[in-house]
Amino acid sequence: MAGQMRGKVTVDVKECKGCGLCVESCPPKCLELMPELNPYGAHPARYTGQDCTACGICFYCCPEPGAITVYRIKAKGKAFAAVQGGEHAAAL
Amino acid sequence: MEVESVIGVDGLEAKSEVTAEAQSKASLEVSKDGYEPIHSKSPVFFDLYQRKSELKHQTHYCPGCGHGVVHKLIAEALQELGLQDSTIFVSPVGCSVFAYYYFDVGNVQVAHGRAPASATAIKRSCPEKIVISYQGDGDLAAIGTAEIVHAANRGEKITVFFVNNGIYGMTGGQMAPTTLVGQKSTTSPWGRRPANEGFPLHMAELLATLEAPAYIERVALSDNKNIMKARRVIRKALEIQRDDAGFSFVEILSPCPTIWGKNPVEARRWVLEKMTPTFPLNVFRDRRPEVPTGDEPLQRTVGDVLEITPKTHLHNVSTTKRAYHFKNVTIKVAGFGGQGVLLLGQLLIEMGMREGLEVSWLPSYGPEMRSGSAHCHVCLSRERIGSPLVSRPDVLVAMNEFSLRKFASEVATGGLILYNGASVPADFSAPGAQVVGIPAAEIADKLGSTKAANIVMMGALLEETECLAPGTALSVLEDKVKKPDLLEIDRRALFAGRLFIDDNAHIGAVSQSDGFA
Repeated sequence: MAGQMRGKVTVDVKECKGCGLCVESCPPKCLELMPELNPYGAHPARYTGQDCTACGICFYCCPEPGAITVYRIKAKGKAFAAVQGGEHAAAL
Repeated sequence: MEVESVIGVDGLEAKSEVTAEAQSKASLEVSKDGYEPIHSKSPVFFDLYQRKSELKHQTHYCPGCGHGVVHKLIAEALQELGLQDSTIFVSPVGCSVFAYYYFDVGNVQVAHGRAPASATAIKRSCPEKIVISYQGDGDLAAIGTAEIVHAANRGEKITVFFVNNGIYGMTGGQMAPTTLVGQKSTTSPWGRRPANEGFPLHMAELLATLEAPAYIERVALSDNKNIMKARRVIRKALEIQRDDAGFSFVEILSPCPTIWGKNPVEARRWVLEKMTPTFPLNVFRDRRPEVPTGDEPLQRTVGDVLEITPKTHLHNVSTTKRAYHFKNVTIKVAGFGGQGVLLLGQLLIEMGMREGLEVSWLPSYGPEMRSGSAHCHVCLSRERIGSPLVSRPDVLVAMNEFSLRKFASEVATGGLILYNGASVPADFSAPGAQVVGIPAAEIADKLGSTKAANIVMMGALLEETECLAPGTALSVLEDKVKKPDLLEIDRRALFAGRLFIDDNAHIGAVSQSDGFA
């Protein structure tokens, strides 16, 4: 699992209430709570940037309808190589 | 965790815009960075919620609340099954009272505990719709116990999602019927003691003793595996309704971190460790109920049941020389109990039925019946009747002075008041209405029975308003009155009432805009 990146997660910081269920639930432990607070006084979750397998568990554990969006890599090849090269960081 | 910095609102706006931009970019430009979104906000939810401006982005639920997860699973199932546009969501009273903020489906919010009753009405009116009753444990298992038991027992083809967190969450943590033994709440501060407060109520097991339900299962939002199981079960319950297979019920054990005084992760674990031993996760029912089908047609009119054939030809055959020139008449009949007030109303509607009119009769007994007045509301209409309640009657038949004074002010402008008395009391006036005094009791007494006073009034009513044909009145009386001597009195009373109007009062009738005098 480690090192084999298959997806990524984005978290809407305005919707996240910082309950931490996604962090607890994530099988590869690739989510964490941000040290910063959002305007509602919560530490929103964020993707650490590696190890996401796009399993979607965090999405189903999250009580907010749209706080978490899970992506997976569509096609291996050039795009996949680009992601491996670290370009995904820009999208975050 | 050490707080390194706090993002200001402005900073967050900027950041979230970047996030949103990145998201839309990512979804639009799949080929460029190679990502496609596989789990995102369901279109069954509104984009922005109609809450206060700064809260439009998020639900009102506490962090870690189970409602959000259940909402999400229902939304996903509706989307996948293609049912969004045919779903009516019945929101309860409880924390999920605002479900209509979130679900972009048909929404109804109903009284506490009554969601299954309202859902029954909606489903029976719109059988092609998917009707979801979403309830908490205070709503379903306490105040709404009767409604859910009877809806399940009737096998209503609705889906009930029962979110059980063992406590009254919205009102601040009072003991619910589902509170665990020993669990502390504001109303069981020493923990629930079965000797005093009874045992937790097992709704799924209770409903599974009934014949009619098609599907009953209990799931828990306790860990990843059980949440994914809940997803399948919720979808299955909706599929059962889609396939018209019967009543489906899903009990969802759900965390309430705020009231339980636990953090969201602990609360979720508590569901598994403490709740599931009391509320075991199981499929309690999964079969299509065998409902014997009767030969009787489902929809019958009152006329069918009473074996009254509407004589529609009466519209064309004028039994009097007068034409039927009204759209609808509303009548209020009032008087002492025993004066035949309710019977007069019943006779009128039966006549209406025989003439093919839409009719309604609403008796209003009240404790007044014991020593005071009774009254009933009658509607006769050529169109469908919206409400049987008559607040502005066209005609008031007042069988005593008390009723005259009490109800005269309600009569519509240009209306008619028929009063049982030779003369109207001197200090009485009813502006805008025509008042006719008829000594009905005296007339009836002369004919042989004061009990026929109501028939005298009916004769006067028919003659003055011409709303129904006197011939119909006679045929109804012939069917209803069994004793020949009484029938003769009634027949003469009817005639006497008509004659009295013809002789004394048929002058200066107030015309109404619809031609009804």
